[in-house]
Amino acid sequence: MTTIKSAGRRSASVRLGRRPALVVIVVLLLFVALLSLRIGSADVSNGDALDALFSFDDSSYDQVVVRSLRVPRTLIGLGVGAALAVAGAAMQAVTRNPLAGPSIFGINGGAAFLLTLAVFVGNLTHPMQFIWFAFIGGFGAAALVYAVASAGAGGPSPVKLALAGVIVSSLLGSWMTAMLLLDEQAFEVVRFWLAGSLAGRDVEVFWWVMPFMIVGVVGIALMSNQLNILALGEDTARALGMRIRLVRFTITFLVVLMTGAAVAAAGPIGFVGLAVPHIVRVVTGPDYRWIVLYCVLVGPLLLLTADVAGRVVARPSELQVGIVTALTGAPFLIFLARQRRIAEL
Amino acid sequence: MTASARQVELMSAPRLRVLRFGGVAFVINLRTLSLILVTFVLLVAAACLAMMLGSFRLTVGEVVGSVLGTGNGEADFVIWRLRFPRTLTVAMLGGALAMSGAIFQGAVRNPLVSPDIIGINAGATLAAVFWILTDMPQGAIPLLAFVGAMSVASLVYLLSWKGHISGGRLILIGIGINALLGAGVTFLFVRYPVQQTRSALAWTVGTANNSDWADVRLLAYSLAILIPLAVALMWSLRVMQLGDTTARSVGLPIERTRLLLIAVGSTLSAFAIAVAGPIGFVALTAPHIARMIAGPMTSGVFIFTLLVGALFLMLSDIVAQHALPVSLPVGVVTAAIGAPYFLFLLYRVNARV
Repeated sequence: MTTIKSAGRRSASVRLGRRPALVVIVVLLLFVALLSLRIGSADVSNGDALDALFSFDDSSYDQVVVRSLRVPRTLIGLGVGAALAVAGAAMQAVTRNPLAGPSIFGINGGAAFLLTLAVFVGNLTHPMQFIWFAFIGGFGAAALVYAVASAGAGGPSPVKLALAGVIVSSLLGSWMTAMLLLDEQAFEVVRFWLAGSLAGRDVEVFWWVMPFMIVGVVGIALMSNQLNILALGEDTARALGMRIRLVRFTITFLVVLMTGAAVAAAGPIGFVGLAVPHIVRVVTGPDYRWIVLYCVLVGPLLLLTADVAGRVVARPSELQVGIVTALTGAPFLIFLARQRRIAEL
Repeated sequence: MTASARQVELMSAPRLRVLRFGGVAFVINLRTLSLILVTFVLLVAAACLAMMLGSFRLTVGEVVGSVLGTGNGEADFVIWRLRFPRTLTVAMLGGALAMSGAIFQGAVRNPLVSPDIIGINAGATLAAVFWILTDMPQGAIPLLAFVGAMSVASLVYLLSWKGHISGGRLILIGIGINALLGAGVTFLFVRYPVQQTRSALAWTVGTANNSDWADVRLLAYSLAILIPLAVALMWSLRVMQLGDTTARSVGLPIERTRLLLIAVGSTLSAFAIAVAGPIGFVALTAPHIARMIAGPMTSGVFIFTLLVGALFLMLSDIVAQHALPVSLPVGVVTAAIGAPYFLFLLYRVNARV
């Protein structure tokens, strides 16, 4: 009882801060997006960065750089960050396990596996070819996980889903490692993709993955009430009249859609989806309507910040964004886990 | 109820028998006991098979004779120099990993925990990969891996400590540390030329290819201490499954017990990593397989878990060595072998996970 009371008091005390904090985050996000247009192996001025967006002049080298390289990269970063963070929040609600992230359905594993297979067998080298294999691989793995977990009586319980996901991931991961051990060429091509990166993607990549991300994010946002109820536990949700299987399936489907698109666009960036919901809960409390809204903004903020930082620290080359998110997000997660009682799910 | 009446009741309960040694009594679950015996027989059979196969094939008789000390010279050389130490190593590795997983899952009360998820493997991997990539002498790698694994385990424990340990906090911090170390490994892989990173990549999948009698001795000594310790902790582990409050109210010194459990679990996996590198999947799944077959964790089921892990790794190693023309590291195969079976169990058994 005491925990319920103190949780209520805490969320009452943070409610005052939720709206102002949102404004701060939006401002920060715009600032980081601008930095992401400006900073790179060749820095660009504020004026050129904004002109490239609003009054493009194709004779200016700087503006061409912004248009052709940095704009796609920033857009993809925004989309991927939002998709991963929202998917992570949804998965934590559905499985009621703080370990759950969007990659729990084996999506990253499936994408990486099929991609490696394609490189191993078909000698692909171009990132545009990668996205198809990554997306299909991720979707296939998720379908397999869901099928296994929901077969048999009782349906897909959270633990069964999570277990099946971990198992399928490690199965595909081991096959992938075997291929990489056998084929040095494939390892050379794939190891950079495996680190997770936003660099070198055409704007077409963004147009291709965006619809999936929008459907996913909007869908989850519309279902945030259901997330709240699911987070209360299966019995309570059923007592409140929820059709648990249907809701779970719908949410899962949306998560797979978003995460598959994100992996296809940027490679397996593992940490955003797991950490952002936990970080966000510090401000929002346990209400998923707020958590999802915050995730849409904080996910891209974290991802773009990491991407910009990766371009600065290792000049003239750069550090893959997947590495930077883990190196910066992990200490923060540890700090949070120590500071507060991370909301029990 | 008198003692004898109680005993009669226990005796009449299905599959339970009471064994008395003077003042000490044990309740024995016959089903668990028979499962243990069957698995042990299967393990011995698999070990025989493992020692028969290879470029120099042996018959069952030659293998058994050689192990018992009545074999001929040629078979003796192959068995005692090469295959017997490897087989023993694999069995003990599998057992150690399975026990480590069972202990962690119980101590933290989360079925998805295993030493690899909270960064213990990643700690060893980062240390070893850095060592390999900077061209340091290879002989130090096992010690380095052990130290890496144990320091990560201590770090996770210390960071999770805030007057007490909460399972959720330990997992989150473990995941954080794991991601951090994993990023470090990825960073090293992207930074160094591909020729060098290949041998480092090979280390990141555990293998029993180079095992010898020194490995057998190391594992045997450590298991001789750790197995009795772990079995003695099983009663506390069962009480802890009831939740911290209940466990405390029945008088269990819960923090001390959890520290002991985590120390034993980490040491078990650290020894395994030092000998073979990070072998995935066994620690996570062997306890699940054992529980799905034998029921909730008790001392008996714990022994069964150990044997399941050993059998599982033994079969994986046979496949890794002989199924393909090239011999693969066993760490690649564990998931390939275990996953289908595990998925089948998941499909067949419903709510018991």
